[in-house]
Amino acid sequence: MRGTLGAFSAGLREFYEAPYRRTMARARRDEDDLFTLVVLAEALGVPNPASYYTVEMLPLVADRVHEWHTRIGLERSPLDHVSCC
Amino acid sequence: MNSLVLMIVGLAMVLAGYFLYSKFLGKRVYQLDASFRTPAHEVNDGVDFVPTNKFVLWGHHFTSVAGAAPIVGPAVAVIWGWLPAFLWVTLGTVFFAGMHDMGALWASVRNRGQSMGMLSGRYIGARGRNLFLVVIFLLLLMVVAAFATVITNLLISTPTSVIPVWGAIVVALIVGQMIYRWKISLPLTTVIGVVALYGLILLGDRFPVELPDPILGMSPAAFWITALFLYAGIASLLPVWVLLQPRDYINGVQLFVGLALLYGAVLIANPTIVAPAINSAVPEGTPSIVPLLFVTVACGAISGFHGMVSSGTSSKQLDKETDGRFVGYFGAVGEGMLALGAIIAATAGYQTLADWEAVYSAFNQGGVSAFVEGGGAIMNAGLGISPSLSATILATMAVLFAATTMDTGVRLQRFVVQEAGEVLGVKVNKAVATLVVLVVAMALTFSTGADGSGGLLIWPLFGTTNQLLASLTLAIIAVILLRKKRNPLPVLIPLVFVMVMSIYALIVQLGTFWNDQNWLLLALDVVILVASLWVALESAIAMQAARKGTFDPETDEPVTSGSVGAGTER
Repeated sequence: MRGTLGAFSAGLREFYEAPYRRTMARARRDEDDLFTLVVLAEALGVPNPASYYTVEMLPLVADRVHEWHTRIGLERSPLDHVSCC
Repeated sequence: MNSLVLMIVGLAMVLAGYFLYSKFLGKRVYQLDASFRTPAHEVNDGVDFVPTNKFVLWGHHFTSVAGAAPIVGPAVAVIWGWLPAFLWVTLGTVFFAGMHDMGALWASVRNRGQSMGMLSGRYIGARGRNLFLVVIFLLLLMVVAAFATVITNLLISTPTSVIPVWGAIVVALIVGQMIYRWKISLPLTTVIGVVALYGLILLGDRFPVELPDPILGMSPAAFWITALFLYAGIASLLPVWVLLQPRDYINGVQLFVGLALLYGAVLIANPTIVAPAINSAVPEGTPSIVPLLFVTVACGAISGFHGMVSSGTSSKQLDKETDGRFVGYFGAVGEGMLALGAIIAATAGYQTLADWEAVYSAFNQGGVSAFVEGGGAIMNAGLGISPSLSATILATMAVLFAATTMDTGVRLQRFVVQEAGEVLGVKVNKAVATLVVLVVAMALTFSTGADGSGGLLIWPLFGTTNQLLASLTLAIIAVILLRKKRNPLPVLIPLVFVMVMSIYALIVQLGTFWNDQNWLLLALDVVILVASLWVALESAIAMQAARKGTFDPETDEPVTSGSVGAGTER
């Protein structure tokens, strides 16, 4: 009984989410890109008044740098101190 | 004529189509293979490509394709009598729509989940792809204009639906918050959302809203149309999780509830169909049944829009290729059932033939309002719900379908405008693109006067464009079958029929618009006619090349020396 209800609930969730999954993923990616850009601003040569706060977030976005720069069309990392490829 | 018999015969026909004809298509024509690795497994990115349970996927597919169009078209078409509309819906579902939807799904699955737009580029040629974009643009443009009029007519003819229709927006906003912000479980949210919606229906039934004439210097029709476009513009600009997603979901649930209520009522009440089987005394000005029937009823018989859904989303989520039969063909059966319900409601919900003739006093009269009024009477007789409340339920259902299509249509049109801007080297922001869409659609809606009747005048044009899109999809499927050296006739015969009827209808309407001196619709008709002839020509060239050439049965690529035997026929 509980298994049936669980399956029904999962199916309902799928029914709710699937049609907009791509839209949500894109929106999330756009937001992440903006965040990445803000964190990397100083490194990219863009003055960032909030760099005192964002600098400690660098390790968090470092993992995403490779995926990010290849997606925006840069074959190599634009950052000297992040040599991902 | 007994409506229960009609319902049973209709259901038997479409179900026989599913159990017999779709089996034949799956085995002999598309040759579905359960062991074929579908794009959902091949890519499985957790976003677009996700293997999905076939029942859940059918639910998506069905609720994506079934909207207001399978209600509006058949409800307008019964002016020629119930029999032609019934035959076109049932036979169309079996031999046209089911085959088309299942074929689109199969073609996309066999091409890494690519959309019909991409496939038209591959199988018809580069011009075919441009043509596809033109047709899509026209289709979206017209659906927004037509549905604005449909909704307005319902809000005026059924004032009890005003509160639930606009209140449903608030319900959807709250549902969105409940799911994403308050993290309330979906089953509970669903129950609360549906109960709230039906509470609003009860409230609306108690407090009908009729606008004063004039209101803000406009007629009520003009006011509602303007309000609808403003709403659609705002809704399309909001993040999807806020309004569009919960609204779509509530609509999907409402679709099943509405269908169950309508069919249950027919089963219990068994009303007599008062409309003639073939109406030999159609009102003056009614166009000829051939070809107009075949473009008045698009959704419910065959619809190009289904190909977009099949190849755009469903193909990327298909767990097994053989599930395509259930998802694609049975999805079309679901829509056929909705169209069949619309036919019964609009012909059996009246006491006498005179009552029915009074409603269907001219072409485009009756229509969805007749569905609401007639369906309301049937629900009253079958389920004991008061006629007014029944009409409110059905009007709300029809408006919600149409409004959701409008929201999505404006949003998709916005992307098209932005892309067109990019091609021209101009960056168009979201708000400007939305404004362009709204202005053009409103111009169409008001093209025949301030009452907004222009929206419905283009209904057959919308049907034609929809059939044109279906023709393109069928042409792609036919080319694939020819390249694989399989029997193309199950696709080719419907393709020729739909194309001939569409072009014939366009020529007939050309004369009508010329006589009415409606230059805007005349220009639109000419554009669609040119596109139709272009589709016919491109398809013929592509099919001829496919018939004469030698292709790898696995990849469908032309065989050149040294590339033979890359794969085996599946």
